[in-house]
Amino acid sequence: MAKITQEQKDYQQLVKNVKPKPPYLKNIVMAFLVGGLICLIGQLILNFYISLGLDSTKEAPSATSATLVFLGAFLTGLGVYDKIGKRAGAGSIVPITGFANSIVAPAMEFKSEGYVFGVAAKMFVVAGPVLVYGIASSALIGLIYYVVKF
Amino acid sequence: MAVKKLGAQTVKFQNPPSIIATATVVGPVEGKGPLRNYFDLILGDFKFQEKSWEKAEKKMLKEAVEMAVKKSGVPSDKIEYFIAGDLLNQIISASFAARELGYPFLGIYGACSTVAEGLGIGAMLVDGGYADNIVVGTSSHFCSAERQYRFPLELGNQRPPTAQRTVTGAGAAVISTKNQNPRITYVTTGKVIDMGAVDPNDMGSAMAPAAVDTIVMHLEDSKRTPEDYDLIVTGDLASVGKDIAQKLMLQKGIDVSNKYTDCGLLIYSPEQDVHAGGSGCACAAVVTFGYIFNEMQKGRYNKILLVATGALMNSTIVQQGETIPCIAHAVALENL
Amino acid sequence: MIDYIMAFLVGGLICAVGQILMDFTPLSPAHVLVVFVTLGAILSGLGLYQPLIDLAGAGASVPLPGFGHTLVKGVIDEVNKSGALGILTGGLKATAAGITAAIVFGYIMALIFNPKPK
Repeated sequence: MAKITQEQKDYQQLVKNVKPKPPYLKNIVMAFLVGGLICLIGQLILNFYISLGLDSTKEAPSATSATLVFLGAFLTGLGVYDKIGKRAGAGSIVPITGFANSIVAPAMEFKSEGYVFGVAAKMFVVAGPVLVYGIASSALIGLIYYVVKF
Repeated sequence: MAVKKLGAQTVKFQNPPSIIATATVVGPVEGKGPLRNYFDLILGDFKFQEKSWEKAEKKMLKEAVEMAVKKSGVPSDKIEYFIAGDLLNQIISASFAARELGYPFLGIYGACSTVAEGLGIGAMLVDGGYADNIVVGTSSHFCSAERQYRFPLELGNQRPPTAQRTVTGAGAAVISTKNQNPRITYVTTGKVIDMGAVDPNDMGSAMAPAAVDTIVMHLEDSKRTPEDYDLIVTGDLASVGKDIAQKLMLQKGIDVSNKYTDCGLLIYSPEQDVHAGGSGCACAAVVTFGYIFNEMQKGRYNKILLVATGALMNSTIVQQGETIPCIAHAVALENL
Repeated sequence: MIDYIMAFLVGGLICAVGQILMDFTPLSPAHVLVVFVTLGAILSGLGLYQPLIDLAGAGASVPLPGFGHTLVKGVIDEVNKSGALGILTGGLKATAAGITAAIVFGYIMALIFNPKPK
C-alpha cells in the first residue's frame, strides 16, 4: 500500500466533514423492529413445532431454522428480500433468513455462468466466511473444552 | 515541435473536428428521468431480449453506434476507426460490439471518463489527418456493474447516501472533418490523481480532486476562464462529489457556481431512488450525446466544457488495501 | 405471550447492535456477520449464551450469534458423548438442518427464479 501523504489525509478529513451521514436513528429503529419481528415469527414457528411434539432443545429449533431458511430463500427468489433489506439493514441481515438470502442471491445472480461454475461455485461467496469462522471457532472451543475437561 | 499543444496537458485543434451525429440508448430507469425526451431509444426492460446483462450491454452499445452512423449519413465502409470502452473486465462490451460492427477498433479504458477519452483521441486522429470519420462509443449497465463491482442484485444490503447508481445505457458519436457544429476545440488529458479514498461506496468524493485538477490545468493551458463557457459539466461526481469539487475550486480561486453541473445529477430526478446520483460510463455519454448535443444544435449552449471523471480501480485491488486512483479528461465543445 | 415479547425484544436488540456496527464502524456487513457468529461461539463456550436462549428463545437462536452458539453446543455435547472426535463432528451435526436447507432451497430457488433489476 502506498504511503498516505498529509495532503491525502487532509482531503479525507474534508470529505468526512461534508459527506452525508446515513440516517442513523431511523436505521437502528428499523433494524430493531424488523429483526425483532423475524425473531417473533421464529418463536411462533418454534412453538408450533413444539406443540407438534418435537423435542424442544434439538428437533424443534432445527426444524425452525430450516423453515426460516426456506422463507428467506423463497422471499429472495420472489425479489422481495432485498427490498426488506434496503429498509431494515442489519434487521434482515443478522437473522438466519439473511443467511439464506446471502446464499440464494449469488446462486441466482450467477446462473448465467452455468450450474457448476455459476450457481454452485458462487453460492457461498457471501455466506462462506460465516461458515468458515463459525465452524472453525466452534472446533477450537471444542478442543479447549476437551483439553480442560479430560 | 508539437504545434497544436498548449501548456502541459492541453491540445488545441487547428481545424476543430465536428460531432456530426450522436445516438443514445438508455434503460428503463433513465427513461423515466428528466432527460427522457433527449434519448433515441428507451428500453422497456434491462435484458434487451438478450440472455445476460453483459450481452444486453453489448447490444445497447452496438445499437447506439449503428444509429449514430446511420444518422450521420456516412456510409458504413467510410468509418475508419471505432474507439470504445466500458466498465466490464477486458472491456468486453466494446470489443464484442466491435466484433459485430466490423470497424477497425481501438479499445480504451478510462472507467467512467471513457467518453471524454474517446472524444479526445478521436478528435486528435481527425485533426491529425489520420481519418475523416470516426465513431466513438461507450456503455454501462446497472446489473452487469453491480455483479462485477458490488453484490448480487437480490442481496438484501443497505446502501449509504453516498452510493451512486450505474447508468444503464450507451452513447455513440461520429466525429468528422465535415464543416459543421458543434466542434471539439480543446482536449485536456488528465493525470491520475489519488487523494487516498478507500470507500467504494463513495466514488464522487474520490473523483472530485481529479476533476478539479483537470479543470485547473485546462484553464491554465488554454488561458481561458470559466466565463468563456456557458456550462462546465463533470461526468459522474453526483451530489456529494459535485459539492466537494465546487469547494476545491473555490479554494483555488475559481468560481463556477452559476454554470457548473454534473451528468450524474442531470440524468435522474431527486424523486428517483438513486442516492447521490448516477455514475458509469454511460452517465456522461448519454447526457453529453443526448441532452448537451441537442441543446448545442438548438443554440441554447454554445460553449461547453465536458469533464468526464473515472475511478480506476477494481474490487481485487481495493480488497488488497489500495487507495482509489482517479482521472478526469476535459473536452471543449463549441459552436463556431 | 411473554416468550413472544422476549423474542421480539432480544432479537431486535441483537439486530440493532449489528446496525450500529455497520453504520458507525468501517466494518462491512460481511465483517459484522463474521464477528457475530464468532462472538456467539465464544459466549457459548463461556456458558453465557445458553441463559440468553432460555430467556428469549428464538430471539437469541434466530440471529447469527445463535448459529455460533448451536455450533459450539453441538461440539460440546458430542465431545461429552464420544470424546475428541466430537470436536470435528458435533458442530455440523447440530447445524445440519439449517445448512442443508440453505443449500437445497438455495439451489431450487436459483433454478426457478431470476434476479430482478430494481
